[in-house]
Amino acid sequence: MTAIALLLLAGVYVRALVYTPVERLQGLAQKIYYLHVPAAVWAETAMIIVGIASTFYLFLKDPRLDRFAYASAEVGTVFAVLMLTTGPLWGKPIWGTWWTWDARLTLALFLFLLYVGYLLLRSAVADPSSRARFAAVLGICGMVLVPFVHFSVYLFRTLHPMPILLKPSPPSLPASMLTTLLMSLGVFTLLYVGFVTQRYALGSVSEPLEPMRGTDNA
Amino acid sequence: MRSPDLLRHAWTVASKDLLVEFRSRTGILSAAVFVVLVLMVFNFGRDPTAVSNVVLVPSILWVTFTFAAILALNRAFQLELENQALDGLLLAPIGRGSIYLGKLVANLLFVATVEVIGVPLVALFFNVEVWSHIGPLGGIIALATIGFVAIGTLFSAMTVRTRFAELLLPAVLLPFMILPLAWATLATTSVFAGRPLSEMAGWLKMLAGYDMVFVVLSLLLFPATVNE
Repeated sequence: MTAIALLLLAGVYVRALVYTPVERLQGLAQKIYYLHVPAAVWAETAMIIVGIASTFYLFLKDPRLDRFAYASAEVGTVFAVLMLTTGPLWGKPIWGTWWTWDARLTLALFLFLLYVGYLLLRSAVADPSSRARFAAVLGICGMVLVPFVHFSVYLFRTLHPMPILLKPSPPSLPASMLTTLLMSLGVFTLLYVGFVTQRYALGSVSEPLEPMRGTDNA
Repeated sequence: MRSPDLLRHAWTVASKDLLVEFRSRTGILSAAVFVVLVLMVFNFGRDPTAVSNVVLVPSILWVTFTFAAILALNRAFQLELENQALDGLLLAPIGRGSIYLGKLVANLLFVATVEVIGVPLVALFFNVEVWSHIGPLGGIIALATIGFVAIGTLFSAMTVRTRFAELLLPAVLLPFMILPLAWATLATTSVFAGRPLSEMAGWLKMLAGYDMVFVVLSLLLFPATVNE
């Protein structure tokens, strides 16, 4: 599954670089949009999924749900890192700077810190059931934070391009670019599913081994 | 859990914490000293010809309050670590919600005390006019403080029994503090710049919404952090 997704990712690259028209004002740098936006979408969505899995865990107490939440959080972290690296790569040629304390960037950084906090908390608690409970609590709080983060963007008039896809009026992208973006989004969806499945499988194998490894697994 | 009992028990828990604090007074004194220290550093770090006081004051205020809040939160559940006091608290015939609310109230009062000391000190040291803006300023401070202390109380219950507890709490709390802090600092900046209230209405609404959501959420999630 992951292999297919990675192949498709390569396919999207080709499509994005060769077949999609170059955007008028921004030139080639705009192409990073096809990586950056789906990564950002999945970074946020992965956090929401962590929250949903955590909610179910608190009610059902099934350790598989906890494992799933952990897998989603790790994959979400990767996508958040991708978002935070592709963003400045775009920003340098376009804005002239790697980083600004612009609202959306700051909030993206905090999504990343949210993930880091989650992973830190997990590694700091030794007892598996406490760890699962605490991680679930943090996961739910994180999930609730994401809409606040998302909607603050509308409140702050910023340097970051305003949303042109998910906004009240119809998308203002030309059709070919839209197609590439949607393809890229599809590929990232597959990537997410592939990575989470693999991480989950890894987790279900390694968890029973933990007591033998000792408490120093930070 | 009937409502009058919830609040009454919460107040009992809160007054226990406040009594412990009042008897030793170490917490509030260290926080007050810290406030003065921060103010001194900001004073020496400022070039009066380059930057006017009004520009710095919101940041100074909020840095001080944030650290005071973290101090308070670290102490909140540490009290309960000694002699397994937390188990005693959990065995008492009061609901989990009361424990949370009691801790929340005690933390809020602690941070409020630091804020009440801090604001006049800032006005004094930096020669800024605070009294005329005291209404909106007080409102902003109250809303933001409730926001991060509510979540902080929940998280401190989790982190206190982990390794690196004092380091872990700010690390985990950071994303949740930044939003109310950002809104509050921006609103405070408008207050000191003399802008009309309508300009900060957006941030105040976000702060109020944030408070409502996270106080309720923390109240609901608290039992999960202490139940085995």
